[in-house]
Amino acid sequence: MTATMIKEFRLPDLGEGLTESEILSWKVAVGDTVALNQVIAEVETAKAVVELPSPFAGTVAALHEEAGAVVEVGKPIVSFEVDDVGAEGSTAAGSGSEASTSNGAAAAVPPVTPAKREANLVGYGAVVEESGHPVRRHRTFDSVPEREAVQTPVQQPVQQPAPQTIQEPEQERPRSTPPVRKLARDLGIDLQLVKGTGPAGLITRSDVQGFAAGSHEQTEARAAAVPGGRETRTPIKGVRKFTAAAMVQSAFTAPHVTEFLTVDVTPTMELLERLKSSKAFAGYKLTPLTIAAKAVLIALRRNPTLNSRWDEASQEIVQFNYVNLGIAAATPRGLTVPNIKDADGMTLLELSAALSELTDTARSGKTSPSDLSGGTISITNIGIFGIDAGTPILNPGEAAIIALGAVRKAPWVHNDELAVRQVMSLSLSFDHRLVDGEQGSKFLAELGAILADPAMVITMV
Amino acid sequence: MRSTVLTDKAGKDAYEASTTGISAENPRRTGGNLVQLISAKGERISHPEFDLWVSDVTDEQLCSLYEDMTVIRRIDAESTALQRQGELALWPPLLGQEASQIGSARALRDDDFVFPSYRDNGVAYCRGVDPLDMVRAWRGNASFGWDPYRYNIATQQIMIGSQTLHATGYAMGIQNDGADSAAVAYFGDGATSEGDVNEAMVFAASFQAPVVFICQNNHWAISEPVRLQSHIQIADRALGFGIPSIRVDGNDVLAVMAVTRIALDRARKGGGPTFIEAVTYRMGPHTTADDPTRYRDANELEDWRAKDPIARLKTLLLTKGLLTDEAEARVRAKADEVANKLRSGCVNMPDPAPLDLFNHVYSTPNSWIERQKDHYSRYLESFSGSTQEGAL
Repeated sequence: MTATMIKEFRLPDLGEGLTESEILSWKVAVGDTVALNQVIAEVETAKAVVELPSPFAGTVAALHEEAGAVVEVGKPIVSFEVDDVGAEGSTAAGSGSEASTSNGAAAAVPPVTPAKREANLVGYGAVVEESGHPVRRHRTFDSVPEREAVQTPVQQPVQQPAPQTIQEPEQERPRSTPPVRKLARDLGIDLQLVKGTGPAGLITRSDVQGFAAGSHEQTEARAAAVPGGRETRTPIKGVRKFTAAAMVQSAFTAPHVTEFLTVDVTPTMELLERLKSSKAFAGYKLTPLTIAAKAVLIALRRNPTLNSRWDEASQEIVQFNYVNLGIAAATPRGLTVPNIKDADGMTLLELSAALSELTDTARSGKTSPSDLSGGTISITNIGIFGIDAGTPILNPGEAAIIALGAVRKAPWVHNDELAVRQVMSLSLSFDHRLVDGEQGSKFLAELGAILADPAMVITMV
Repeated sequence: MRSTVLTDKAGKDAYEASTTGISAENPRRTGGNLVQLISAKGERISHPEFDLWVSDVTDEQLCSLYEDMTVIRRIDAESTALQRQGELALWPPLLGQEASQIGSARALRDDDFVFPSYRDNGVAYCRGVDPLDMVRAWRGNASFGWDPYRYNIATQQIMIGSQTLHATGYAMGIQNDGADSAAVAYFGDGATSEGDVNEAMVFAASFQAPVVFICQNNHWAISEPVRLQSHIQIADRALGFGIPSIRVDGNDVLAVMAVTRIALDRARKGGGPTFIEAVTYRMGPHTTADDPTRYRDANELEDWRAKDPIARLKTLLLTKGLLTDEAEARVRAKADEVANKLRSGCVNMPDPAPLDLFNHVYSTPNSWIERQKDHYSRYLESFSGSTQEGAL
């Protein structure tokens, strides 16, 4: 028997000046044999998701933190049993029991510290807004018209590649001054919520103080509730924060209209069964979503207005001659809407493969920024949660979104007789700036017609 | 002979050639052809002029280029792992740029002087720098790891592009000495947008200094894509200063070596500066504190993986029957040995003493720094007897 010893691995500072990281997942379990530099965990810092390579070759003796835990730099996260070269005694007594308690504590107490100075790429410079690229601001005091439409010359830039970042809501930072921003930060006030009374809507010190006084009561009530443990407070960040901003922007810039249609989709379900058993589709994942997506693409070809975008900045309506079909996906890190590029050119087979790949990628959290940007229309499949209908909110920059309800058996008048049929509700929201009721209704009716009788496609394409 | 005009276009002629394609429809000229001697698939592409510059490269030398590239990639991977394990504070990976660095550095003479950036560890390796000395500063154990005059490679600059001025100044010194060596500055695509680099090119052209500007265009200045930095090819920027430039496939070690030799030859013969744009790709993050998936398309990385500098040379060597199993095993063993030595040396590196901070600030005795050193040592002494914690 060779003598072994326990070596602890403490969470290092993975960036420059970071104080903590979140363990996203463990790639090893207790008892696993690991090689030097073998990836043992995936960790998210304020800057990056990185893989942790093992600093030792040996056996995993204990994992001190669970996946999902936010761990302070310097705390032990894993212990290894390694060959003891110096033949010294083990020093890791009690590290295992310690782990479970610290774990519980980390999970139960969410950080409630106010916004603090954050380490950025080099040292401690100005904190970069989390929304990413700076948005160009108009000068506050100039009497320049609100929006100068920048006239682009007719000449098109050669093959301008699509921007590769996630589409950002183009919202301006509220106008204020640095000391006032600092005051707001110290008081924990979101300047987006404060109404500015200064020149050109500038938020002044007294605006912030006034807001603080007004919400004082509420804050106290909230603070009092925390020790009782009757509510859990989670910091708004990451995908949640992005989703919220996108939804607010969409809901308050695009006037939404939602229409509903309930359809007897029995023929579609029969078609689905036939296709599933056919040789051509062997190995492909066919669901009602696959057929519905194809139906949307066919109906869209006849109603292209729904596949467009309102370009406020250039005062133009952009009509897409291609379809990047977004599919809302619930992922471990929240809602994302990756899209299938050029879905309109795909056969049913290709579409089904693309859908499987897209959902698999999204669920494993590996969707790339390019898959998330450039969508032209979206589908959200609320049916998988057993829901029939709702008013979906547009993915920003798109003119329409279709919610697919659950397919369920229901009494239905079929051939003038009451029968049990498979019925599905469709909900269509569209941007009323771009799409009139007539166009939206026609699209929804045709989508319903295809699902009610897929053979009708013959009359449409 | 070799010194006759080559396809890389020089000075005024090149500028005229570059402007001829301009029209109202296409005001932006695209750069010249990429010099390539080994294709992405690993085929040897012959070229009547550039071949001459690497005709002396024997099979063994080709194999040793492969070895250097493999070893530096291993050093780079090990250092990245050491950072993830808390042994280094930071590391700037060079993954993907091995051919640009090895191909150019292996073209240099010992008496040439290199002015590198923080990412040019492959160049340092070719100059004979111990990999352990490359990580010393990143571990925080020294202000810098090696003696520049021992290897004729200066301290790696963190400030973007400032080393181009140092190189130009050094090259003007070479001129004054009447020597035939050259100064070589290494920098990236982003650096060409810096004032320092532009000033360096003005001086290099004005004085016709024997300096070679090697720009590794790795496509990303942290998160800023090169197409945003420059609306013309980076190599074409040099033409505006009257400096001849060459665009070379930076993932082709042989082509990089050929064009570097051409540039050095021009410098040694009094022909002035040359600008080389080695078109390559930073396959990893900007540094270990960066997450490139936040700003760049995963497909782009896939495209460049197909152009991998080491894979293509390996294919060529296999085709030529030069890379036997033993040879491959030998290279692997060398890489492992270097990596293991680096790891144990790094992990067991003794912490510096507090007063080491004052070393190497001045090369000659300096009363001001001596005074600071004296104050600090007396301050440290005030802790002795009580706890040691304050001292460190």
